[in-house]
Amino acid sequence: MFEQIEGSNAVAKCIALSRPEVICAYPISPQTHIVEGCGKLVKSGKLKNCEFINVESEFGALSVAIGSSATGARTYTATASQGLLFMAEAVYNASGLGLPIVMTIGNRAIGAPINIWNDHTDSMSMRDAGWLQLFAETNQEAADLHIQAFKIAERLSMPVMVCMDGFILTHAYDRVDIPSQEKVDAFLPPFKPRQILDPANPYSIGAMVGPEAFLEVRYLAHEKQQRALKIIPEIAKEFKGVFGRDSGGLTRNYKLEDAETIVVTLGSVAGTIKDVVDRMREKGKKIGVLSICSFRPFPKLEIRKALENSKRVIVLEKSLAVGFGGVVANNVMMSMQGTGVHVYTVVAGLGGRPITQPSLEKMLQVAENDKLDDLTFLDLEREVVERELKRERASEKSGPIAENILRDIAGLDEAKR
Amino acid sequence: MFQTRIHGRGGQGVVTAAELLSVAAFIEGRHAQAFPSFGSERTGAPVVSYCRIDDKEVRTREPILEPDALIIQDPTLFNSLDVFQGLKSDGYVLVNSNKNLEELGVADAVKEIPDKHAYCVPATEIAMKHMGRPMPNAVLLGGFAAMSGQLAFKSVEKAIQSKFSGKIGDGNIAAALAAFDIIKKITTTEKKE
Amino acid sequence: MNKLDNKQRVKFYQKGTFTVGNRLVDKKARSVQASMERSNAITSGHRACQGCGEALGARYAMDTVMRVTNGKAIACNATGCLEVFTTPYPETSWQLPWIHSLFGNTPAVATGIAAALRVKGKKDVRVIAQGGDGGTTDIGFGCLSGMFERNDDVLYICYDNEAYMNTGVQRSSATPPTARTATTMPLGDAPGNVFGTGKSMPLIAMAHNIPYVATASVSNLHDLETKVEKAMTYRGARYIHIYVPCPLGWGHASDITIQLARLVVDCALFPLFEAEHGVVTGSIPIRKRVPVEEYLRPQRRFAHLFKKGAIDTPRIAKIQKMADANIKRFNLLRKEVEAFDGVTGLSLKDSKYT
Repeated sequence: MFEQIEGSNAVAKCIALSRPEVICAYPISPQTHIVEGCGKLVKSGKLKNCEFINVESEFGALSVAIGSSATGARTYTATASQGLLFMAEAVYNASGLGLPIVMTIGNRAIGAPINIWNDHTDSMSMRDAGWLQLFAETNQEAADLHIQAFKIAERLSMPVMVCMDGFILTHAYDRVDIPSQEKVDAFLPPFKPRQILDPANPYSIGAMVGPEAFLEVRYLAHEKQQRALKIIPEIAKEFKGVFGRDSGGLTRNYKLEDAETIVVTLGSVAGTIKDVVDRMREKGKKIGVLSICSFRPFPKLEIRKALENSKRVIVLEKSLAVGFGGVVANNVMMSMQGTGVHVYTVVAGLGGRPITQPSLEKMLQVAENDKLDDLTFLDLEREVVERELKRERASEKSGPIAENILRDIAGLDEAKR
Repeated sequence: MFQTRIHGRGGQGVVTAAELLSVAAFIEGRHAQAFPSFGSERTGAPVVSYCRIDDKEVRTREPILEPDALIIQDPTLFNSLDVFQGLKSDGYVLVNSNKNLEELGVADAVKEIPDKHAYCVPATEIAMKHMGRPMPNAVLLGGFAAMSGQLAFKSVEKAIQSKFSGKIGDGNIAAALAAFDIIKKITTTEKKE
Repeated sequence: MNKLDNKQRVKFYQKGTFTVGNRLVDKKARSVQASMERSNAITSGHRACQGCGEALGARYAMDTVMRVTNGKAIACNATGCLEVFTTPYPETSWQLPWIHSLFGNTPAVATGIAAALRVKGKKDVRVIAQGGDGGTTDIGFGCLSGMFERNDDVLYICYDNEAYMNTGVQRSSATPPTARTATTMPLGDAPGNVFGTGKSMPLIAMAHNIPYVATASVSNLHDLETKVEKAMTYRGARYIHIYVPCPLGWGHASDITIQLARLVVDCALFPLFEAEHGVVTGSIPIRKRVPVEEYLRPQRRFAHLFKKGAIDTPRIAKIQKMADANIKRFNLLRKEVEAFDGVTGLSLKDSKYT
């Protein structure tokens, strides 16, 4: 049934419909409303047979999830940014132990400097930890992906991160179709793991595996994610069969067939870019956008096939590998090896900087004229950075960049002399 | 697509206003997107919220740079920010004040937009009268419906009811209706129910 | 009791002792270890050092748990000696379901297991969390406090060998003053671990007002088993702190493990007590008190206090003062000649469960 509902609330409802048995989470902006929503459903009795645990830290949250999942309970948690890093050890542990935990990441920048607004740095920091990472473009997709995530996770025995843009999606009111319990039950069977912690069948998990076996264990995890490349579209298809709409899958291709310029991106900004694409198409430009849903496993072949006939690819990403360049772009470039198609990196929206249609159009115009730099920081305040670089060249200083700019403006260090 | 930008201060229900607008549009079977300019919870700080209404899916996620309508819940903001930035040449403006635009010193800002597109409504006073609380957001939505013709008052009423029940809901609706009527008297673009 | 095809039979190497098969002790009062039917939850074949106090303590505790719960228990373990020497992949010593996740999250993992059991309606299956002093008092502290605060139905057992042994004997917040470790060498003005540091995990557990807190030593088997058994009669968060000597880390002979575990109690450096909801409910009086020196001398980690011709009297005196404080605090030299429970050592007057 359609509802006009806050993204977080839609996600909470769909989590509840997925019949989780243990929910444990620690509050952090911008995920708070999701967990509060779940908590309310449990406390009011609407969500039955579910334990809601208030934990003392994010590290505690994912650890509780590990214990619960290993005991055979369908388990859910959520975090963002600093919280994801705080549980980093447990993130690797969960995937290493093959536990099908589903976790929402309300994508948010990582400090210092502290910043509560949206970008993808947090998810990217855990991209190699062995979790599946699915990115939602809309709140409808965010809600749908959670239902799919439980199925994917439990079929593969691997944890799944569902990534949705903090504030932009989590705190936005949208028209979302919340499915019925019957439909979700038809799609998502009860959790039946092969092995659980059970006195009737005791076994030990978490042993130290030495050099003679570790490589093979890692290889098999890698193989699992390769298998996921088939399972993710399969489950998206099953989803469509039950719920009647396209949601999830590996990528979403928009007007790519004859595109000369293709923008590749993740998450909600794809929607903004689609509006720009439509307007430029009206002006006769052959442009399209590919929105990646499954970032891990990375759909190399699909992306290559979709992009190899274009003239130029622009990866617009909300992440930055400091000292290197683009994170997503790097993955795309690897997929494009040998095609001869030039891949540009546009870092945009870091720390919640709005990505506006005028800025996008301007950048795309420059790209169409083949004048785009290999690495662009969209809407960078050139004057501000030039001034600061000039000051830095005059005298090297230690300390945090943000605070140093203020010291320079205030002339504090000159005054001392 | 009709884009509305709402300005106010933390604690005045600016975020809820945008949400209610989107719910009202939803009730009429339209697509709507509402979201705030995000920040830490802080009473008194300037807040902006946005609402887009369309007949098809709203895909874009940027802040509203060229609003079709502005709702200003707190006129003291005129001193701190340029709330009128980007206002479309045929846009609407609704200000919460018992003064008029000239007295508020912003007549210049709205001189480009058409006649009967800019209004002042004493929403806080109306709210006090009907609800006993100085919460102007729902009141202004009633005014918005009359001013822009984008929503029927019935939809605004249902939206308020979905969020506020009992006496609070009734008070809000009465206050919204009062504002609606004030503007209805002046405008001729009231939408048929 | 357990479904594993246990080809190993319980073997007794010592008979007729207080520990095993003493036919003068009433059958009901005999230890779990005295029984051929004990679960042997940590079965032989593990890789612990000769004389390891932790291996002993863990077996004592887990066999008791298994008897009390009729074999319906799940254990989780922190990273550390116990975890490492019991699970050399692909083998395991554990005869019950067991999980090792990380170093600092064992109490949280236990919370998760307990939550899953609750939701599945498995009320009779109980959860035991285990960790060394490092995993408990340092890196696991936050999660442990959280588990206590929520009063989750978990028994947490800390095996305290007073340092990070598995990684090469580094100092933890449970390391006693003057003890030599790889990071508190006996050099300079303040040799060994410094005075004025450290924390008492049992007291901190008490501050959380949880249903049951107790300390135990591997030298007093009956007391240890009684306390574990008693702990299992409660629901909610429970904590037992077990003192376990480490021959390798402490530098003592591997055949005096139990003797040291007795000396530490008899010199009052490690008081045996119980507490419920933040209040001490009982302690075991010392029958024959010994000076701390007798306890310190056999351990090479304290050797620098006993240099030939230069005995560190002031520091030994300071340690003695700590012991004296425990005597006072827990009334360990009770002179009253009154009836006491011959098995537990608790005065029947003080005892709440006659």
